[in-house]
Amino acid sequence: MFITIFLVFFPLLVALLLFAFKPAQAKMLALVASIVELAVSLYLAVVFPKTDLAQYVVDIPWVRAFGLHFAVGIDGISLLLVLLTTLLVPFIILSSFNRTIEKASTFYGLILVMQMALIGVFCALDGLLFYLFWEVALIPIYFICLIWGGEDRGRITFKFFVYTLAGSLFMLVALVYVYFQTPGTHTFAIQALYDAGRALPVYEQGLIFWAMFVAFAIKMPVFPFHTWQPDTYTVAPTQGTMLLSGIMLKMGIYGVIRWLLPLVPAGVEAWGFTAVVLSVIGIIYASCIAIVQKDFKRLIAYSSVAHVGLISAGAFTLSTIGVQGAMIQMLSHGIVVFALFYIVDIISQRTQTRTLSALGGIRTVAPVLTTVFVIVMLGSVALPFTSGFVGEFLLINSVFQYHGVLGAVAGLTIILGAVYMLRTFQQSMSGETNTVTAGFADLTGQEKLVLYPIVLLILVIGIYPAPLLEISEPAVASLLKIYSNLSASVK
Amino acid sequence: MNALLVICGLSIVSLLAEIANFKKWLTAIAIIGLLVATATLALEWNGEVETYFSHMLVFDNVALAFTGLIAVVSILWFWMASDYFQAQPQHRTERTSLVIFAIVGAILMASYNNMAMLFLGIEILSLSLYVLAGSNKESLLSIEAAFKYFLMGSFATGFLLMGIALLYGATGSFDIGTIALFITEHNHALPSFFYAGVLLLLVGLAFKISAVPFHFWAPDVYGGAPTTVTAFMSTVVKIGALAAFYRMFSIGLVGTYSTWSTILMVITVLTLVLPNITAVYQSHVKRILAYSSVGHVGYILLAFTADPTASSGVIFYYLASYAVSSIAAFSVLHLVEGNSESITIEYFNGLFKRNPLLAVGLTIALLSLAGIPPFPGFFGKYMVFALAIAKGYTPLVIVAVVTSLIGVYYYFRVIIAMYFQAPQQATPLPVSGSQRALTFVLIVLSFVLGIFPDAVLSLIQ
Repeated sequence: MFITIFLVFFPLLVALLLFAFKPAQAKMLALVASIVELAVSLYLAVVFPKTDLAQYVVDIPWVRAFGLHFAVGIDGISLLLVLLTTLLVPFIILSSFNRTIEKASTFYGLILVMQMALIGVFCALDGLLFYLFWEVALIPIYFICLIWGGEDRGRITFKFFVYTLAGSLFMLVALVYVYFQTPGTHTFAIQALYDAGRALPVYEQGLIFWAMFVAFAIKMPVFPFHTWQPDTYTVAPTQGTMLLSGIMLKMGIYGVIRWLLPLVPAGVEAWGFTAVVLSVIGIIYASCIAIVQKDFKRLIAYSSVAHVGLISAGAFTLSTIGVQGAMIQMLSHGIVVFALFYIVDIISQRTQTRTLSALGGIRTVAPVLTTVFVIVMLGSVALPFTSGFVGEFLLINSVFQYHGVLGAVAGLTIILGAVYMLRTFQQSMSGETNTVTAGFADLTGQEKLVLYPIVLLILVIGIYPAPLLEISEPAVASLLKIYSNLSASVK
Repeated sequence: MNALLVICGLSIVSLLAEIANFKKWLTAIAIIGLLVATATLALEWNGEVETYFSHMLVFDNVALAFTGLIAVVSILWFWMASDYFQAQPQHRTERTSLVIFAIVGAILMASYNNMAMLFLGIEILSLSLYVLAGSNKESLLSIEAAFKYFLMGSFATGFLLMGIALLYGATGSFDIGTIALFITEHNHALPSFFYAGVLLLLVGLAFKISAVPFHFWAPDVYGGAPTTVTAFMSTVVKIGALAAFYRMFSIGLVGTYSTWSTILMVITVLTLVLPNITAVYQSHVKRILAYSSVGHVGYILLAFTADPTASSGVIFYYLASYAVSSIAAFSVLHLVEGNSESITIEYFNGLFKRNPLLAVGLTIALLSLAGIPPFPGFFGKYMVFALAIAKGYTPLVIVAVVTSLIGVYYYFRVIIAMYFQAPQQATPLPVSGSQRALTFVLIVLSFVLGIFPDAVLSLIQ
């Protein structure tokens, strides 16, 4: 019980403390705090029982006037995402050590506040509390992008902010609507919301589906709600991009799995196909754009849209393998995309350019970086024995079972992914060195410290994913119980 | 009641300051006096409800809570305005006592039980404000503001008086309790001029709370008046006016709900949509805040329209959070403005570099006004929306959600300027220790209101 409170509020506490320290100390303190957080969550993963019930539940009445409880707990689904968060944050902090950051205390403080909000989102067992953490997560990332971002960030980050806020406000209206359907003195407790949502007529469930789906689709982002994303990823500082793509977009998928599928099953059955189709369109659309991108960072941003489209499609197939594939792929995507953005950052810091055609020949001057890049890239294109393979295999399998044609189209992601990633590799790494890349230095010790563990993880998860799958399986199976009739008929 | 007497005494004491020569202590005296008044309110809290002056005033818990809010916000205002009084020492005593008289008027408006007292309260408040709005005698804008305010205010008072007269003619009483009783007893036999009176009263009070379409004086007056006076008008005065509105329509005229509910709903939608859209096109920050303050009235009216009798807690919390954020916004505005008369968004460029504390304080205030959690403005809006959804006003809530998104746009123009644009003057912006302390207190207050809304809500429910 104490452990969930600790996981949520320890980063916040440290964030407040940071302001008392000088920048150099602040960044070390932030790193140590995030490692402590990682250690605690790893301990949790080791002792976690194989059950579908939320563990370490804390339930404290917060605002009696509108039935808000501070209710948090961790089940298998939450745990995987908490692990992803606590794993990536120390690496994100470490990845910033190769540069000097203005107002460092504020920067690391905001990262830790962000971590608090993310863990809160993944643990919340109260509808309104979930919404609160969901919104609070937006504030630090917005300021990280606004203060430390690149050119024209004022306009772009504002678009990002308004887009996501607009989506979530409709989610709020939907949650409040369901809240008033709960019996007696109304409550936002998750099970009560589930019961009330399932009892609604199909038409109203459909409306609630759309109000919430739009919020989640914007966050992920799913086509056609993705237009904020490539610009924001490009303009954000590297650590901001990592937070956004590595962890924050998983909030959207987590929202679908936890707060949409079990809440309005009739609405999902009515509109789930549309959601899968949109997701699959997003895969192809984003992959095609990625193929013609000239900017390295933008290319990764579009590739992220494509991968997330597949995850979303899998989740909406309502099958255990689809949702399980989504879970494992969320982890894998988080790790891989973090590494990709870090490599982009390393290259652009040394060459002062992100234009692919200006690069080339890095392979001859930086063999270690090239090897790391190859492994990460293979993880991204889902080669067997990398982490990407497990997830994409399960996801494509689930989409194929759901609808043959859609499955075949979604399967193109592997081919298209290989096209743009290999083209990227060819343009940046192969060939002759030019004036830009001639003096390119290989990875420093610090950079190796970040990338080696990540590479190792990509391989380990790819070879032996079973323990991770087992963590979330009971919870996923229990969440999907309501659809068992449906999935039986599909099979 | 004791609070009212203390504050009346305070205004007379401040008039004496010129003769007895303790001008420089005046702000401190005012703050201490208001603290004493707040303490007496706390003593009367939950006691027996007493009426005074032949039932013309009543201090029930709702009145006490609104009076307390007025007193606390006034304390914050005096704190914020202390260096304004120092920078412009001419007529300091008169200005201070006028402000305190205005506070007395606002308290009367929050606690009247008789329409004559309502009228007295409005007039005491308004007359002081007409003078205060024009207190910067060298500025044409300030004089224009005072003149416009005076003309529009008298016009509204005319409506109000006519409405009161018609209600008196129909019911034979000024007492709002008696009127309510009369309505229930003669529900189907009310003379038609009674309804005319209700509508005239609605128009008169809509002027005072600056609801659209009776709001057009507000931007000019807010924009022209000295910034501290604008801060006073958009907080203390607004609380008084909304309390008066709430009292009149939830106690006195709730029996004729069907007469005015549709009109009020139209007014609500207009008040939500129009100012929020207009604010987008403003370049002067004071005008933006003026329109935003009109827009916030829309959310309060939404709660009131949805449930005229049970919305006092929501309205109170909304006003408290709005007042704290507004005082914070205006205190920073006032410091950034310096001696210039009109302040555009460019003034805020790079404020984060020039003075991080002020920038953070203003950011929190604006995020709260925009309704972003975990700041109190969010919970205020949330309760309004929840109340309206519970009462079946979901379409209106959708309108309000969209307008609050539009609101985000103009608040964020200032935020983006502070963090993103290069500063016009690279020099740091020095502020006094007292202002720093005030900013810090306001930040803490915002978080406390946002994290423990129950503490405030339990006051009224």
